[in-house]
Amino acid sequence: MRPNSPSKAPAPRTEQIILFRVSGQLFAVSSASVQEVRGVDSLSGAAKEISQPGLRKVKHLVRRGEYLVYVVNAAMHFGLPPAPPALVFVLRRTRTALLVDGIEKMTSMTRLQALPQAFCHEERAWYRGLTALDQTVVPVVKPDGFLTPEELFALDASLSQDADAEARRHEEDSAQSGQDTSSTQ
Amino acid sequence: MTLIAETELQSFVLLRLGDRRFAVTANQIAELVAPSRVFRFPHRTPEVEGVILRRGRIVPVCDVAEKLIGNGLKSRRFYLITQRCYGAQTEWVALPVTGDCELINAEMTLPSDTDAPHVSGWLSHGGDVIEVLNLAALTPGPGEIVPSTAPLQPQEARS
Repeated sequence: MRPNSPSKAPAPRTEQIILFRVSGQLFAVSSASVQEVRGVDSLSGAAKEISQPGLRKVKHLVRRGEYLVYVVNAAMHFGLPPAPPALVFVLRRTRTALLVDGIEKMTSMTRLQALPQAFCHEERAWYRGLTALDQTVVPVVKPDGFLTPEELFALDASLSQDADAEARRHEEDSAQSGQDTSSTQ
Repeated sequence: MTLIAETELQSFVLLRLGDRRFAVTANQIAELVAPSRVFRFPHRTPEVEGVILRRGRIVPVCDVAEKLIGNGLKSRRFYLITQRCYGAQTEWVALPVTGDCELINAEMTLPSDTDAPHVSGWLSHGGDVIEVLNLAALTPGPGEIVPSTAPLQPQEARS
């Protein structure tokens, strides 16, 4: 007679995360949210500079397929001391790429605790929640929390103004060169 | 009817911040614990200094001394873990305190219109007049909470 096998408790669901550092501070992001990890050097050729007063955390944009992706400096976003970023995370289903210092490790979390309600300002948009890993508490970032819809609108508007100004300059240059050509004939 | 029967005695926990004592109703207290590591991460709520890990829960630490005695605590002896209501939800909030806490039974006098919002009443105990704290006014939280119809449960989400 075979003894009854003990019923197994269901394994806790886990989520793969990337632990990364920004100015010495540890954060986590779901691996599924990161489309691409690149060195900042590889961006230098592809990135275009952008200047939006009041939004100093965004200084570059890159084209990813048909979309323009804004590159956010994570240290400036979180109000941390500046540190030279080494990596950029292109975040899936957002128009954000994130400059970070480096990856600590890849691991998994089994439990995400909602951000306590005592945190009642901008951080509610920054974090999905908190997780405890190896007796440390790590905030888990929201991929779409780095740029608000208003900030994206302002960046897009600034880009379209730049494009209009560029088009006007181009028209003026063309008109000027047309005049020069006719005056020399 | 005796005088005792006419008065409504309630249980309070007295906490110490520097030279002063304050009270919190005992049913709002979860436990008193020794100081442990405070984990800090970027945020924009100045009243919260970080979080501690307690019984598997992540508990925010709010130093209320600045509001109550005019300066923050340089040293702390315990964390008084309180149960703060946010609408229908209750969450733990740790208050650093500088001395032993005491459980007493006393009658509370209701606050007057001129009292600060963090005062939910007054106690007379051991020759002192002690403020009973209104945690909702003292500790940060969203301005308006829409009452939820969901049953009371800890704020947790499983991945």
